Amino acid sequence: MGKGDLGKTYSDGEVITRQGDVGECMYVIQKGKVQVVVEKDGVETPLRVADEGEFMGEMAIFDREQRSATLRAVGEARLLTIDKKNFLKRIHKDPSLAFQLVRTMSKRIRELSDEIARLKINLNREQAAIDERENSDY
Amino acid sequence: MVRSAGPGEKRHNLHLVDGSRVAVIGGGPAGSLVSYFLLEMAERSGLELDVEIFEPRNFSCVAPKGCNMCGGIISETLVQNLAAEGINIPSTIVQRGIESYMLHMDVGSVRIETPLQEKRIGSVYRGAGPRDLKDSQWGSFDHHLEQLTVAKGAHVTRKRVVEVSLDDDRPKIAVKGEQPQFYDLLVVAVGVNSAALKLFTGNGQGYKPPESTKTFISEYYLGEETIEKTLGDSMHVFLLNIPRLEFAAIIPKGDYASVCLLGESIDKKLVQSFLDSPQVKACMPDGWSSDPRSCQCSPKISVGAAIRPYADRLVFVGDCGVTRLYKDGIGAAYRTAKACATTAVFEGISEANFRRHYWPVCQSISTDNSIGKLSFAVTRQIQKWRFARRALLRMTEKEQNSAGRRRDMSQVLWDMFTGSAPYRDIVTLALHPRFLARLAWELALSASPFTRAEN
Repeated sequence: MGKGDLGKTYSDGEVITRQGDVGECMYVIQKGKVQVVVEKDGVETPLRVADEGEFMGEMAIFDREQRSATLRAVGEARLLTIDKKNFLKRIHKDPSLAFQLVRTMSKRIRELSDEIARLKINLNREQAAIDERENSDY
Repeated sequence: MVRSAGPGEKRHNLHLVDGSRVAVIGGGPAGSLVSYFLLEMAERSGLELDVEIFEPRNFSCVAPKGCNMCGGIISETLVQNLAAEGINIPSTIVQRGIESYMLHMDVGSVRIETPLQEKRIGSVYRGAGPRDLKDSQWGSFDHHLEQLTVAKGAHVTRKRVVEVSLDDDRPKIAVKGEQPQFYDLLVVAVGVNSAALKLFTGNGQGYKPPESTKTFISEYYLGEETIEKTLGDSMHVFLLNIPRLEFAAIIPKGDYASVCLLGESIDKKLVQSFLDSPQVKACMPDGWSSDPRSCQCSPKISVGAAIRPYADRLVFVGDCGVTRLYKDGIGAAYRTAKACATTAVFEGISEANFRRHYWPVCQSISTDNSIGKLSFAVTRQIQKWRFARRALLRMTEKEQNSAGRRRDMSQVLWDMFTGSAPYRDIVTLALHPRFLARLAWELALSASPFTRAEN
């Protein structure tokens, strides 16, 4: 870690926060990349890789649920922690402080909507192909 | 290009519109941040503004040409706030990430670790560095902010403003050798050390600059390796029984150490008695001498609030408006700059708008400073009484040495030294019965003749 580096450095593959943990902070990637992984029934599914400058774990700021995904460093990554309690206090005094965060969340909802649409189209196509095959069998 | 107030029209109807011209005098953090947020918020609301910053200094030059005379600490709160705003401070600007504070007293020293074991405080140079700097791998913090603002669309004019007229409907300002220009809004962010402040006193607007006191800052070249071995990644703060000395710190930077003294009428004698103290000598490398210095200055810092820092189309931000007492001046610049930009873009630029939406932020800083003055009065008593210093040391040592123990005193000292929390929060924690009971116990132990003999 360089002398002027702010935040905490994680080595390649190191877990930053684990799915199911209670989140008391969010992160801002200062350097490197972070992989978002969802674990279900013992199977890990990588969702996406986040880049420098991105907010991570921001849902913990607004809800009291457990972390919905595991964050893992891809290569060496450096992240700055933003404490939930103090951040909420500051948002209360200056609501516009949450603007970038809301913009990020809005962008992610848009990306998720696109992803759902893409999956639905694929699913419909597959269903149509199955129906067509079944019809031709008759 | 402002919808001007006509005869009989109430002044609170002044607003920025597409094409409005904003002049910002002063390109330090307050000036850069107000310009940044004006442009950012204008963009969010689909407004086109023309923002021009007047700053004769080039912050990418070494001192004193590019210096802004400051200890250069970016607080934990500010680092997080800026990150939340999408402004991350790169490693090329941060001279050193601070991970702990070392408190030095005549009765001993104790290290106070950062609560999260993470570096969230940065030491920076406001300019490019001290006078004798030859080659540096780090850049200037003020220059970095200025560049961010330019990337947002602001223009920087490297000239000194020599004339300001507020008599017409709109502010008129002139730089040397050029015709005066009209602007729709004038933001003043010149700090308390600039001669430009004189342009605004006694001109009928009722502005009176804040009270100020002199500080002392000096730079010592030690080299990166020596800094690593001696000061490390800790900011060193001193509670010494030296009359008139309120606060003293040695801040590790890249190749240099900055010595900062705050207090009443700081003079050569006071500076020398601090530098000659065994606690300072113990922090510095063997054989270190307080002469020669690489650079030194005695800037003024604001210790009060300005009177009427706003009028129609005119507003003062940063130190020349109000700042935090002794700590986190850049954090206060951020808060006032943002409150000013939010008011100007979303509410209006009349005196009534600034009074209603901008002034409360200044007042909240000012009220907190009054509580801060009380905290420093208590600190002065601790400085005077040896048994109180011993109690403080014991309490902090116990907290730092045992895992899982409540760290109330460490938290109070951390917040007090770093400027991370408002003084109100620090006092609230210090007035908690649990804290007071523990402190009373340690004070009793320290005052007891048996413990004194043991020590």
